[in-house]
Amino acid sequence: MAANKKNRNVAIIGIGQTQYSSHREDVNQPEMINEAVKLALQDANLTKDDIDCFMHGNMELFEMVHQPDLWHVLGTGAYGCSEFRLTTGGTTGITLVCAADNLVASGMYDIVLAVGFEKLQEGHTTGGITNMADPLWGRMLQTGALTGTCAADVINEFGEDRARRAAMKHRIIMDQHASRNPNSHRSFGLEMDQLEDLMENSPRLVGDLRLIHMCSQSDGACALIFACEKKAKELSDKPVWIRDHVTTHREETLWMYPLDLSQKEEPTHRKAPRELFERNGIDKPVEYFDVFEMYDPSSWWGMDWIREFFLLEGDEHIRMVENEDIRIEGKMPICPSGGVVSANPIGATAMVRVAEAALQIRGDAGGHQVPGDVNHALASGFGGTLWTILVMLEKELDWE
Amino acid sequence: MNQDKGEKYKDAYVVDGKLALPYQYFAGTVGSKFLIALRDKREILGVRCDTCGKVYVPPRQVCEKDFEDLGDKWVMLGNTGVVTNFTIVHKDDKHRPRKAPYILAMIKLDGADTAIPHVLEMVQPENVEIGMEVKAVFSSEPTNTILDIDHFEPVL
Repeated sequence: MAANKKNRNVAIIGIGQTQYSSHREDVNQPEMINEAVKLALQDANLTKDDIDCFMHGNMELFEMVHQPDLWHVLGTGAYGCSEFRLTTGGTTGITLVCAADNLVASGMYDIVLAVGFEKLQEGHTTGGITNMADPLWGRMLQTGALTGTCAADVINEFGEDRARRAAMKHRIIMDQHASRNPNSHRSFGLEMDQLEDLMENSPRLVGDLRLIHMCSQSDGACALIFACEKKAKELSDKPVWIRDHVTTHREETLWMYPLDLSQKEEPTHRKAPRELFERNGIDKPVEYFDVFEMYDPSSWWGMDWIREFFLLEGDEHIRMVENEDIRIEGKMPICPSGGVVSANPIGATAMVRVAEAALQIRGDAGGHQVPGDVNHALASGFGGTLWTILVMLEKELDWE
Repeated sequence: MNQDKGEKYKDAYVVDGKLALPYQYFAGTVGSKFLIALRDKREILGVRCDTCGKVYVPPRQVCEKDFEDLGDKWVMLGNTGVVTNFTIVHKDDKHRPRKAPYILAMIKLDGADTAIPHVLEMVQPENVEIGMEVKAVFSSEPTNTILDIDHFEPVL
């Protein structure tokens, strides 16, 4: 695939996140969105009148509100201004990032504000997500978003004890990262000496996917402001440049239709990085990137996908977890924010990965800042029928 | 099977489905204050934006034009207003608040800049007029919703 040739460079110049939590009963939807929008404007030292176009995204059906983008103008600031709504399932937040990047790079708008949100406690997510299945062949059989197949695959490949220990170690490290991120929804204060107890006693959801492994249902919003190179340099001391992004989706990988199961296709979380790194000339991604904010819906996926996203082989990814390389102070920090297992307001979640990666490049991540220079950051999004999106961020405009 | 449409539609299934999508809605502290005042004091509250001077009923946290925080800019309104628009509902449906026919009107309370939809009673459909002066009649039992105003009716 050809490199992503941009008409002009684009940077992130404003970042706003609400506190993520299980319930935001004190605010309605546009009020909660407004919190993130105001923080992003404040961060960029702009007012809403400086924004040329607004973008809005969340999960369809999850709050049972039709055309939320129109109503939420009360909070987004899009009154009398261009606005788009995008919804692509779990990837919505990072699709907004890709689309905003394209809109600004195209020359159509100089400054775009995108906001992703979710209030998962207000709706019935399994009811909504069941609509993803084909009404004729799958809807009566669909059970929702949980799957135990990743745990089963990892156990089959590496043995039960090693696999279960590594998944739980990933989970505990993420919890400890979340304890350093004041916006995070969940931080239980887990310690490594609880590992065996949690492996045995956390309630099972499906197979060896246990409650502690799985992401939460969260309320929250995230807003980002994007600017063209000229404006970014005028307006921001610390613009974070969007180098490239890739979107992959292959509906048949869900095995929804009667394919030959022995012919396993390359998963999207292998295909996306392979294409992205090839066209950007990155041979050793695990050495190139200084931080990776991964969309890790569960610790089984979070651990397993390290191998795919960094194009590793064998048990390299498991060893990274066992050696604790993924810690904030480790050799390859992954999800310093605590990741999706610690906070998951879905329409915002994938944008939060980009926001957190950008904060790391700026050096503004506070208590969960990766030590040393962060020049190259990777963020991923995941959702729906196994969609994967990757966004590459850079501190300097110096790539070829 | 609809035989009138011929062979093309023969043996083509239409699958009936039904999805239950229960939900909650978090009214927020601003929306809640309006509902509580309406229920407990039979007062109708709005908020005023100091920048543009607009009075919003129902209240909102933020003025979408000026981005001012309106959460503590409360003003109390009276129970009277005018009809700014209306329609006659002729068809019954189970989610509707009255048996048809009834009048659904937009009512701008005196002192407000925005109109709210509500049921208009005690007037025949043929006699409704834009600009007609109306007043709120409160429900006899609390509902904890906007239907704590039971309906509006003409000021005699």
